[in-house]
Amino acid sequence: MKKITAAIFIAFLIISINAIAQTFFTRNGRITFFSKAPIENIEANNNEVTSILDTQKGEFVFAVLIKSFKFQKALMEEHFNENYMESNTFPKANFKGTITDLSKINFSKEGYYPVTVKGDLTIHGVTKTIEVPGTITVSQGKINAHSEFSVKVKDYNIKIPAIVINNIAETLDITVDCKYEPYKKN
Amino acid sequence: MKKKLISIVISVFITTVSFAQDTTDISKLLEAQLKAEDQNKTRYITATFKTTRLINGHSVENTAKGVLDLKIDHRFDPIGGSSGGAYNFFGLDHATMRLGFDYGLTNRLMIGIGRSAEGKIFDGFFKLKILRQATGKNAMPVTVSYVPTIAVISFRNAAIYSNFSRRLNFTNQLIIGRKFTEGLSLQTMPTIVHRNYPVDNGPQNVFAIGVGGRQKLSKRTSFNVEYYYQLPAYKVPGTYNSFSVGFDIETGSHVFQVHLTNSTGMTESSFIPQTIHSWGKGEFSLGFNISRVFTIGKKHNKTW
Repeated sequence: MKKITAAIFIAFLIISINAIAQTFFTRNGRITFFSKAPIENIEANNNEVTSILDTQKGEFVFAVLIKSFKFQKALMEEHFNENYMESNTFPKANFKGTITDLSKINFSKEGYYPVTVKGDLTIHGVTKTIEVPGTITVSQGKINAHSEFSVKVKDYNIKIPAIVINNIAETLDITVDCKYEPYKKN
Repeated sequence: MKKKLISIVISVFITTVSFAQDTTDISKLLEAQLKAEDQNKTRYITATFKTTRLINGHSVENTAKGVLDLKIDHRFDPIGGSSGGAYNFFGLDHATMRLGFDYGLTNRLMIGIGRSAEGKIFDGFFKLKILRQATGKNAMPVTVSYVPTIAVISFRNAAIYSNFSRRLNFTNQLIIGRKFTEGLSLQTMPTIVHRNYPVDNGPQNVFAIGVGGRQKLSKRTSFNVEYYYQLPAYKVPGTYNSFSVGFDIETGSHVFQVHLTNSTGMTESSFIPQTIHSWGKGEFSLGFNISRVFTIGKKHNKTW
């Protein structure tokens, strides 16, 4: 009887450890975007990206606070929030997606895996399905995710007045860098 | 012993189940994380007003660190009344101006200088944000700024200004402002103007309470109102309270402010105690402020 209970105990323990280890988390993910236009180049950085990765299902979720993007000029930041992103009405950008080729990755083995992620990107209240290339690096129990892709400003209903058409690019280059650690319940 | 074991098993089972529940929906987990983070971080409210002036006086807004704001302000003569009318092209024949610079030393401390044509007045001030409206950890309902201003009248008149100290006027102002919604911001401005040598038979100390605000009409335009009420016991005889309405129009790095006002002075010690025109007599002027910002400092830093 004791042996059986102990066995059940150990079994649950293993299951629970597995349950913990399949969820990876970061709150310091980094997203930068770059706008290349004839008059000026604009770069913005956000180091407060929150993201969770479920390695078993190959699912990603991202939440990006628009007000956390930092610009070189204060006025750019103000215009970005007030005039373009309307961050009071749409405070966050979100992404929820799945790794389409999950079988190629072994999260328990150190390595470098090129992947494709497909999912829904919500910016400025508009949701679009996107498919982006990326890489996943597993090292020392941590997971690094990296991706570079571009978005068309017009697709997300962000209006650029004709007067600043030479200051702001129509397509923005976006870089995502997240270092995930095993999720611990606080 | 058996009971103990069973209880351990049950507790482990419960934690397992709870973990399993969490991991089934990472979207919900993310929401919970964001909620916790919102409470742990202080997020300051930005863009309460388009620029550092409401109309004649200060708004609760500062320029950011390392940002220089060039101000070119004009006030024409009154549209109506004795100096207005068709003969004077409704006041447009004559204008008075102030040229000034504002500069953000930090995100909370701004300094500024200016020169007004009327009275040949030099002014200098600093504006310190004592409290900043914020949500989250250190939530704060209002922004409170302190603005002391000194104005030097350089007008030549040896009989009146027999010594330098007679040329000095000091203003101490508190601005308490709040961005209520994305469109609506309101502020109140208790103010003391101390004149070393008033030439208008008024008291040395003039106490006034200002109220004002803006309502955005679109992303880049707003409607503004500003009123300074001189407390009757300290009011300068023969003057009126300053009342102004106007619009902010933002285009890129410029903010244009176009307004109607009964004041022609553009520093606190001028327009608060020395507004001699009356709206009731049709004596209100067209005026405009042009603000152009330049980023001087290398990179602006949110935390000072």
